[in-house]
Amino acid sequence: MNILKTLVGAAALLGSATLALADGHADFKPAVIFDLGGKFDRSFNQASFEGATRFSEEFDVEFREFEIQSDAQREQALRRFAEQGNNPIVVAGFAYGSAMETVAAEFPDTSFAIIDMVVDLPNVRSVVFNEHEGSFLVGMMAAMKSETGKVGFVGGMDIPLIRKFACGYVQGVKAANPDAEVFQNMTGTTGAAWNDPVKGGELAKGQMDQGADVVYHAAGGTGRGVLQAAADAGKLGIGVDSNQNYLHPGNVLTSMLKRVDVAVYNAFKDSMEGNFTAGFSVLGLAEDGVGYAVDENNETLISEDMMKAVEDAKAKIISGDIKVHNYMDDNSCPAS
Amino acid sequence: MAVTEDVTGQPDAAPTTTAPAIGLTGISKAFGPVQANKDISMTVQRGTIHGIVGENGAGKSTLMSILYGFYKADKGEIKIGGVPTIIHNSDDAIRAGIGMVHQHFMLVQNFTVLENVVLGAEDGALLRPSLAKARDILTSLAKDYELEVDPDAIVGDLAVGLQQRVEILKALYRQADILILDEPTGVLTPSEADHLFRILEGLKAQGKTIILITHKLREIMAITDTVSVMRRGEMTATVKTAETSPAQLAELMVGRRVLLKIEKAPAQVGETVMEIRDLRVVDEDGVERLKSINMDLKRGEILGVAGVAGNGQSALLEVLGGIAAATSGTVTMNGEAMDLTHEADAGKRRDRRIAHVPEDRHKLGLIMPYSAWENACFGYHDRSEYQAKAGLLNRLFMRDDARAKIEKYDVRPPNCDLKAANFSGGNQQKIVIAREIESNPDVLLVGQPTRGVDIGAIEFIHNQIVALRDQGKAILLVSVELEEILALSDRIIVMFDGKISGERLPSETDENDLGLLMAGIDPKANQ
Amino acid sequence: MKKSLPTWADVVLIPAINVFLAFFVAGLVVLFIGEDPIRAMGIMIQGSLGSSYGIGYTLFYATNFIFTGLAVAVAFHASIFNIGGEGQAGVAGVGVALVCLTVDQTHWLLALPLAIMGGAVFGAGWAAIPAWLQAKRGSHIVITTIMFNYIAAALIIYLLNNYLKVPGAMALETRGFAEGAQIPAMHEIASWFGASISRTPMNISFFLALLASFLVWLLIWRSRIGYEIRAFGFSEKAAVYAGIKPVKIIMIAMLLSGALAGLMAINTVMGSEKRLVLDSVLGAGFVGIAVALMGRSHPIGVILAALLFGVLYQGGAELAFEIPSIPSQMILTIQALVILFTGSLENMVRFPLEKLFLRLNRGTA
Repeated sequence: MNILKTLVGAAALLGSATLALADGHADFKPAVIFDLGGKFDRSFNQASFEGATRFSEEFDVEFREFEIQSDAQREQALRRFAEQGNNPIVVAGFAYGSAMETVAAEFPDTSFAIIDMVVDLPNVRSVVFNEHEGSFLVGMMAAMKSETGKVGFVGGMDIPLIRKFACGYVQGVKAANPDAEVFQNMTGTTGAAWNDPVKGGELAKGQMDQGADVVYHAAGGTGRGVLQAAADAGKLGIGVDSNQNYLHPGNVLTSMLKRVDVAVYNAFKDSMEGNFTAGFSVLGLAEDGVGYAVDENNETLISEDMMKAVEDAKAKIISGDIKVHNYMDDNSCPAS
Repeated sequence: MAVTEDVTGQPDAAPTTTAPAIGLTGISKAFGPVQANKDISMTVQRGTIHGIVGENGAGKSTLMSILYGFYKADKGEIKIGGVPTIIHNSDDAIRAGIGMVHQHFMLVQNFTVLENVVLGAEDGALLRPSLAKARDILTSLAKDYELEVDPDAIVGDLAVGLQQRVEILKALYRQADILILDEPTGVLTPSEADHLFRILEGLKAQGKTIILITHKLREIMAITDTVSVMRRGEMTATVKTAETSPAQLAELMVGRRVLLKIEKAPAQVGETVMEIRDLRVVDEDGVERLKSINMDLKRGEILGVAGVAGNGQSALLEVLGGIAAATSGTVTMNGEAMDLTHEADAGKRRDRRIAHVPEDRHKLGLIMPYSAWENACFGYHDRSEYQAKAGLLNRLFMRDDARAKIEKYDVRPPNCDLKAANFSGGNQQKIVIAREIESNPDVLLVGQPTRGVDIGAIEFIHNQIVALRDQGKAILLVSVELEEILALSDRIIVMFDGKISGERLPSETDENDLGLLMAGIDPKANQ
Repeated sequence: MKKSLPTWADVVLIPAINVFLAFFVAGLVVLFIGEDPIRAMGIMIQGSLGSSYGIGYTLFYATNFIFTGLAVAVAFHASIFNIGGEGQAGVAGVGVALVCLTVDQTHWLLALPLAIMGGAVFGAGWAAIPAWLQAKRGSHIVITTIMFNYIAAALIIYLLNNYLKVPGAMALETRGFAEGAQIPAMHEIASWFGASISRTPMNISFFLALLASFLVWLLIWRSRIGYEIRAFGFSEKAAVYAGIKPVKIIMIAMLLSGALAGLMAINTVMGSEKRLVLDSVLGAGFVGIAVALMGRSHPIGVILAALLFGVLYQGGAELAFEIPSIPSQMILTIQALVILFTGSLENMVRFPLEKLFLRLNRGTA
């Protein structure tokens, strides 16, 4: 199967490379490039992989993919795919910002999409999410579920984006229980912080030792350690990006969904149908771009009251009755 | 080793009380072309102290290393207690009852005495029972042989004399019957050495056999029962100590050699060019290599420095040549004091017109992978004539210069592009001599000028040195070859143990006289 | 020691056999995971040398390796093993970035020489501390330079996080350099002459690397200091006898080494990224060791070995694009095999070959 797929891919590539030289983009060849951590990180990258796969299965279209090994390969991977006529090219991760600026300018006829970052070019769609809104909702659930009145947050790399998660979360916690205490930790200051489950577990344990009984992570691969530590201690974790409820059934309260998969899927689909639009695209609660996950793994953990309160808040956020502060608007957070 | 009576009627198979402790027959060992041991036979009787003397490189250490299993002999047989024994490694040697105290101790510096003694001879996986047992044994050994050492002291904190005792204890703990000591007094103070000799006497009284390797005749005369003399890989004699004299031993050690004839005019000795006063060198290990040296070097003379290698001559050359720093003392050159500190370097000596033909041309005098022309100005390469523009070397001049030197000094083959390593020893030495003499020095330091050099080249080199003297230059000649010293020198000093043990004119001395001085005995001082 | 191998065998044959063996074993690895090794090889060659795009990337990587290879080679000549190229190049990146951020409103003709100075000074400075510790205190330079790689990494993270990154931005990188500090890329240079080639990060630094190679050759084989460095490398004792000061040689060799390693930042930071990113060295400091070993510490050898490693890097990346089922770890394995065979296992080939030549010589004699 795998060999077949590669052979087909390679054959298509060889054929299309000549075609592309002859008359531009002859057929539809979407591509996705993952960030450091790889496509099976059970979180951010995996979500984009799932989106691409879902599209591929639905429309029976092959897509090209690449997992970078170092920062230097970002630009090379983008240029490589663009040069070979792939279109659209979707990348997931803010770190692609500068590479995208360079390469997208070189290939004005190719459509690009970048997730979690804004690149202001006429052929680039920038998709950002209102993570603070989703985080607000899981924060409320955490506060209502907590018996100690103390909850935790473990971030990956200490960047404004992750502070945005944290800030929304804290606002949600305080909305449900103004006296609740929130412990916050960041794993590191470099890209390595996305893939350090051991340290993630240690940070979660530290927070639980201080009394936290629900810990939310926004840390990519590092989060596996956070959820594991929570499950080992018999406490609750909250997943992020993908639905991670299944990782430790009964010990994951919920997952803050960030529909990276939807962003990838839409970029592919719009492009195929000729509806690709460049520009700034914000996916929030209203667009179902963020949310929280309820499935058979966690439905017993969530009471009617919690459900009602969260759904109520969700409606108010969409309607604008509740304003959740976005950390990245002014790089500060009113709640802590 | 327990003495067992032979019951099966095979007298050769088991050790007996009458069999010698060690019997060596026809031992030979070569390292490449160098024959380190040639057909050596030796018998050491049980319960005696047996000395082995010889110059450095005579093959003493090789022989003992074969006995202790570090090397395998090419030929020959070893009998321990009368039993033919094959010794592959030091474990075999220990099992045969041989213990060795090396010149450089084999101790773990940050272990305690007890741990060092037990190391490698533990009884089981757990250390504690072995240590307890060792403590008991150590206590009794200390009582029997004056070998008191605090078993819990860290070895690194102990004085060298005490560390040596730990080595002896290690051997005894392994039930050694035969103890080999390699130059044991080299690192000891006189009182420590006296104590060591008392210990050895005690061990002998208990029936142990001791082999003492040294080049100090005084020690041989003082403590051994029998003595074997080695020279150039051969065992030249084994005699009872009581029946010999230092003079005889010195002669056996140094050997009689055919004197070289060198045609030279009487020296025209001029004024003093170099004055050495109270020169002392203590090396990094705290060993005093030079002890208050005083000498004058005059224009137009060759001052020969004789001595067994390792008695301070190398240190003298290194200090004067700017390679090593002196600990104290002064050296003046043409009345002007020289910097003897670490700040000085060999380049500054060359600026003061002191040239230096080093003892070891392979390690010091030449860069072996460099071609002859690159070597021909080595050390003088910073002189202005060798410079081109912008920090580059004037290769054309360097080659011309080298070609001239090669021609003048008859270096063969006369190819300045050949690497130094590809010249024969004699021609390598000619390159060094040419470079140093052609630098037009006031003082030439020469160390072992003809070591490893063929006969033809020896004569040529000697003539060059004499010619330089006749130009009114001062030459300090260090050599372990007495014939060379006698043939070349206008005045001779002998070094022993870091000091000058005597001074002679060539006309009033001979090899025996110098041999005794080299062993630290001045026969004329007693007259 | 007599030489038993003719020079051509030493310089050409042994490296060729080593590379062949490495590719053979790597081919077996590819076969193991069920892919066609011939096709994989074809992709690597085609991808690295088959187009102006591939060649551009190959030479971009090779430029890094020439600099770091020269750095290791210069130290080798003094018998010093500088494993700190990674850290020296990283710190030099900071130096280059600081210069570029300061003068990027001017012109690259001004910015380039200043950035070269910045990179060289920072790289040399980072090498100076281990060199000093070795020269004065005898601390083993292998250990200290390795340690300084870690310190450099931590220092760069600290500087980027606290001082250099754009406030509020998420990526750990400085702002991009403005026009005035952007050196010409290869495709721009080609367009001056009317040629059109693919856009790649290859830039004018490649010529800088060739120039540096020539200067290193001049220094080592023609200058007085090179004469002293080599003499010291062959025999420290002999050097001391000749009045050459070990402290001076160690310092000079290491400063030059660090400066050369630092110059690769011109290629990456100034030429390719046009900003300081977190990891601007990309392991080139370590590859430089293999490059210098394989290149026999001679600039020509270093250039050739750097080209080979450039092919490996670019070809490896192409392989990952073309056959995603060959995991990235496998590509690392292939690269590592080449380093293993050319660097560490060299004697495996050398000894049998020496015997062979000995027998051949005996046969003809």
